Amino acid sequence: MSLSLDEVRHIAKLARLELAAGDAEATQAKLNGIFGLIEEMQAVDTDGVEPMSHPQELAQRLRDDAVSETDRRAAFQAVAPQTEAGLYLVPKVIE
Amino acid sequence: MSRTDWEVVIGLEIHTQLNTQSKIFSGASTAFGAEPNAQACAVDIALPGVLPVLNKGAVERAIRFGLAIGATVAPKSIFARKNYFYPDLPKGYQISQYELPVVQGGQITLQVPDGKGGAYEKVVNLTRAHLEEDAGKSLHEDFHGMTGIDLNRAGTPLLEIVSEPDMRSSAEAVAYAKALHALVRWIDICDGNMQEGSFRCDANVSVRPRGQAEFGTRREIKNLNSFRFLQQAIDYEIQWQIDLIEDGGKVQQATVLFDADTGETRAMRSKEDAHDYRYFPDPDLLPLVISSEWIERVKGELPELPEALSARFQGEYGLSAYDATTLTASREVAQFYLDTVAAAGAANAKTCANWVMGELAGRLNKAELDITASPVSAAQLAGLVQRIADNTISNAIAKKVFEALWNKEGESADAIIEAQGLKQVTDTGAIEAIIDEVLAANQKSVEEFRAGKEKAFNALVGQCMKASKGKANPAQVNELLKKKLG
Repeated sequence: MSLSLDEVRHIAKLARLELAAGDAEATQAKLNGIFGLIEEMQAVDTDGVEPMSHPQELAQRLRDDAVSETDRRAAFQAVAPQTEAGLYLVPKVIE
Repeated sequence: MSRTDWEVVIGLEIHTQLNTQSKIFSGASTAFGAEPNAQACAVDIALPGVLPVLNKGAVERAIRFGLAIGATVAPKSIFARKNYFYPDLPKGYQISQYELPVVQGGQITLQVPDGKGGAYEKVVNLTRAHLEEDAGKSLHEDFHGMTGIDLNRAGTPLLEIVSEPDMRSSAEAVAYAKALHALVRWIDICDGNMQEGSFRCDANVSVRPRGQAEFGTRREIKNLNSFRFLQQAIDYEIQWQIDLIEDGGKVQQATVLFDADTGETRAMRSKEDAHDYRYFPDPDLLPLVISSEWIERVKGELPELPEALSARFQGEYGLSAYDATTLTASREVAQFYLDTVAAAGAANAKTCANWVMGELAGRLNKAELDITASPVSAAQLAGLVQRIADNTISNAIAKKVFEALWNKEGESADAIIEAQGLKQVTDTGAIEAIIDEVLAANQKSVEEFRAGKEKAFNALVGQCMKASKGKANPAQVNELLKKKLG
């Protein structure tokens, strides 16, 4: 399996990455290198092996349902580019 | 050409906010109505280096739901990242579940009103229910041409409940949504507050010629936050799709919004990449493992479920399926009914049901009161029902007594009947005297009745009841009047 240039551009768009002229080709080559690796792995016989979602054979630890955080808005908003009335301001988004 | 008979196919996705104290992956509070961003901690606003830690209370609520609908609670489930860019989703992905959700399968049995005063039973199968985090809120009011972001809601635990495309009308979709709404409150996993967005419906709607095996192309109506809007939006959408197809058009898969002001659905400006979420297992979270011991413990703590209680009401109390469903619409109503029957006696269960669903529900509705705040207690209502049962008062007088109880004119039905002299007259002599008076004063009606006009009889009964100030026993009045006229 290999990616077309259009697919590379599509993925870049989804990831909000701007590819400069010529970057798409270089990225395509790198990504296809990774796909080469995946193809090698897919050739391995995995019949009877349970798929894993995490490299560690552990279970998620859970925390009790209790409020442990206090209001630190002032500290967080001190480093935000723009705030008003307690809100973070971002460039206009309309659905 | 004959008109095609269209079949409607509907599936619902319902987001329920779980009523935990803290968020699903952080220790920030989930309380509604705080100052903007006062409850958005470092994890919720996605500062670099933070890690999610799963809330046990959220998982337990998912287990409770799974058990309540007879689903499989997955011994192992996985969290995935759903990637998309939007400013109220600071991480750039929503932590959700994709391939292995925590709740799999299950079903709900509901009573769907048939539009003729009755109801029919319908089973809706569920596909899955999965845990995920809510996003923040975008405020598009003008902040100098910018958008304001409040992340208090970000990270609030959600259980997204997905049904199979089993519903065939908007009435069925609404009945399903209502049953689910009642259930999540019943098992106390969600407060069900639709105005505050605790229970939000998305409806997938398609149409196909009846008999066709394949589904038609569906459109998804997003974010319906009332049952009325759900019904309106689906009905509009169905007609829109049928009109389009009958005019030779083709439905394109799309996400649409419902405009409550116009009652129309309209497609969102198409985001071509909107559904390219590139799910993958979240490396920050290990698999969620739920032991059978945990499931057993939760099972032991579940209250009697509405379906079981409804069956008991029908079996033990002889209520109709529809009445039993109405009385199990919420745990509070069911409890009030149970308390009333406990005090009035099981023999009066049917009368109790009529009063709880009729007079009481009507008054509560009018006064916009919850049954837990009812001015008339279950014990008081039971006292009233007992006096109807033993013929102390008629139904008409009972309404007066109820009114008096509602207005706190007395401690009990007995006290009010006594104080206001409302005891039913069952003394034959007294009733006969009243009848004689009425007959003498209403010769015209008597003649009409004798001439064969049945209605005149009812008029005379009415006059007798009026003359007795409603206190005469109506059955006796009927009987004695018939005798006198016969």
